[in-house]
Amino acid sequence: MWKFILPIVAFIALAVLFAFGLNPNRDIHAIPSPLIGKPAPLFKLTDVSDPSRIVSNADLKGQVYVLNVWGTWCVACRQEQQDLLTIAQQHVVPIIGLDYMDERSKAQQWLQQLGNPYNAVAFDTDGRTAIDWGVYGAPETFLVDGAGRVIYKFISPMTQQVWAREFLPRIEAARKGGA
Amino acid sequence: MTPELGEFALILAFVLSLAQAFFGLVGAGRGQLAWMSVARPAVSGQFVFVVMAFACLVYSFVNNDFSVLYVARNSNSQLPVFYKVAALWGAHEGSLLLWILILSVWSLAVAAFSRGLPITFAARVLGVMGLISAGFMLFTLWTSNPFLRLVPPAPDGADLNPVLQDFALSIHPPMLYTGYVGFSVAFAFACAAMLEGRLDQAWAKWTRPWTLFAWLFLTVGIALGSWWAYYELGWGGWWFWDPVENASFMPWLTGTALVHSLSVTEKRGIFKSWTLLLAIIAFSLSLVGTFLVRSGVLVSVHSFATDPARGLYILAFLCVVIGGSLTLYAWRAPKLYVPGGFQLWSREFFLLVNNVVLVSVAGLVLWGTLSPLVYELMNIGKISVGPPVFALMFLVPMVPLMAFLAIGMHAGWRRGTLTVSLKLLLGLLAVGVLLALLVQAGGFGALHGLGLIGLAFGFWIMLSALIEPVRRLRNRQRLSQGMLGMCIAHLGVGLFAIGASGVESYKIEKDVALKPGDHYVAAGYDFHFISSADVRGPNYDAVEATVEVTHKGRLVTVLKPQKRHFWVQQTDNSKAAISVGWMRDLFVAMGNPLGNGAWSMRVQYKPLVRYIWLGALVMALGGLIAATDRRYRLRTREAVVPADATAAAGTRLGST
Repeated sequence: MWKFILPIVAFIALAVLFAFGLNPNRDIHAIPSPLIGKPAPLFKLTDVSDPSRIVSNADLKGQVYVLNVWGTWCVACRQEQQDLLTIAQQHVVPIIGLDYMDERSKAQQWLQQLGNPYNAVAFDTDGRTAIDWGVYGAPETFLVDGAGRVIYKFISPMTQQVWAREFLPRIEAARKGGA
Repeated sequence: MTPELGEFALILAFVLSLAQAFFGLVGAGRGQLAWMSVARPAVSGQFVFVVMAFACLVYSFVNNDFSVLYVARNSNSQLPVFYKVAALWGAHEGSLLLWILILSVWSLAVAAFSRGLPITFAARVLGVMGLISAGFMLFTLWTSNPFLRLVPPAPDGADLNPVLQDFALSIHPPMLYTGYVGFSVAFAFACAAMLEGRLDQAWAKWTRPWTLFAWLFLTVGIALGSWWAYYELGWGGWWFWDPVENASFMPWLTGTALVHSLSVTEKRGIFKSWTLLLAIIAFSLSLVGTFLVRSGVLVSVHSFATDPARGLYILAFLCVVIGGSLTLYAWRAPKLYVPGGFQLWSREFFLLVNNVVLVSVAGLVLWGTLSPLVYELMNIGKISVGPPVFALMFLVPMVPLMAFLAIGMHAGWRRGTLTVSLKLLLGLLAVGVLLALLVQAGGFGALHGLGLIGLAFGFWIMLSALIEPVRRLRNRQRLSQGMLGMCIAHLGVGLFAIGASGVESYKIEKDVALKPGDHYVAAGYDFHFISSADVRGPNYDAVEATVEVTHKGRLVTVLKPQKRHFWVQQTDNSKAAISVGWMRDLFVAMGNPLGNGAWSMRVQYKPLVRYIWLGALVMALGGLIAATDRRYRLRTREAVVPADATAAAGTRLGST
């Protein structure tokens, strides 16, 4: 009997979802990632612009840094690029890019056209590193402290407000704690 | 005066559609012959008034009546007449009116060709269709009226979006909508069967040609959209997994499943409740697609202007139509359930696999399209699911399905025996692999793993689809249209697989900076940028580049891409130049000027890309041949024969 009722139940769930989607005051929040407080997964990948160069976060030990996960197929990443560039100009911390499930030529063209806010961009062809990091989609931005622990994760396009509200205080605290 | 006349005609059509719904459904419920006989004339009347409303809007467009808000927003006096008419469905309001027109054409066709059906059944079918018409007309009149006046009138119009000023895109919406709306017929047949509480093989036989027609229009519509995106957006891709594309792909997947499950219901009288559910889902997904595109719920690169009031109306309408039909399903379908007996590796088994895979892929696409919304609801944030994820979700189930297709075409009904020897099928697979290797090594000079599987399976399906026609031809046996259509449609599937594998494995896409005199070499083709010059079109200025392409010193073609600047909207649009070939397309699109006569240019080499659209057209052709089979045209006469005789006839035809 259930198999005849299941379709209507599924539709009701869908309708609730749509009703939510119509809400003009939709709000977005970040939820903590299971990685928070844990050591950041290490990666060793090639640089997106120069396949002979290696980008690894092992080299960043002792530093607070930001890892921004993106891809050229991601519409929301295009949206955050301008804000990332502004943030990069403040030179607060190194910003490492992780370009995943992408094509090298497309990514290079993207950086050329939209500007490059990154100190280095690791190229994660098969998305394995992204899986290690528990990436749901793109864009996602991680904050890692000097001890190599993930201290914050933000899902959604980065904005300057988010940077000032969520990232800067944590960066400051991490530097004090680490010193 | 004309737009007022149009609006009045639409109101009259709305009233008639209400009459069609009420007298069709309530008349059949109460067994009132006089009430039921109102439905058919109501359909005709509705058709006349809808055509009138549509003609009024066309008139306003062609005569540059910029006192009509919708015309002022979407047309311009400089626009060529063909695009003035096409501009009618260039935006939300007019495309709804097109939807309504197409629905009234389908309704008229059903009214005309349903005289052989039992009278209460036909009345119910028309009643359900009337309900859908009424819903869409109310939506148009209430929230999206294209006949509203602009006071004072605009001196000239804001023009049609330049990317829409294109032949393929002008006929893409009518084709696509014909497909979407066509599934409303199968939907109405399903609802009528559930209301009657009776579903026999004759039902499947009535429903099948209608579904096939809807399916083939949808196939052509999607192919046109893909072709348009390929050359007009200047990107050179053929599928982007954009929410709007997904919205058309989901009904196609479930519609394809429906076409196959109907064949089981027609031949064997089983899969009944499943077929009903598919008929409901195929049309529901068409409606959901409309909702997603117009409500602003999802962000898409090419979507309509959004308005929450419209979204709310469509959601309410979805709840009535989909919620209502699925409630009816939960209530009535258990009665129609027949446990079916068939063996492993029988035709039924293969078609079941087909259905499970197609519906699963549709489910995955729906999940991928909606997951950003789900994540947001669960407060995880805004994300996008990328083409790589969709491609994976599509390929993993579809590749094995291709193997099942090549074998399943030759499986016998009921018993798990093949009508051809397994040795022959495996031999053809070997030939397929050989051909694939030949194409890879000979045509492209390099092997590519996934591409090899795609090409080999593509060839295998084509060879396997030819077995039956060749055998019949050799034995001088008659080949029924249903069988021929099936073989041709599957030939199209093979062609599509070959095209998609070829282009995805061996494409070259490069963005290069070229100044006059520069060369760029891709896949052995030498692109020589000779010069650029200013040219002028009917409503734009353009810079046209001349690019000579040579291959091993021989001139292949001269490509002339343009960068157009449209006067009215002050927008730029890149018109790609494409050299079409059986083995490859060569594609040059202009980017931005880099100073000193240099341009950034997108140079692409797209092997076998034509087979993607050719495959889709061949699939549609197969659908057309199957839909016009003699046994459907004889329907009127056979319908008066008692149900048992019809069922027997079905089985007999099935065994030929």
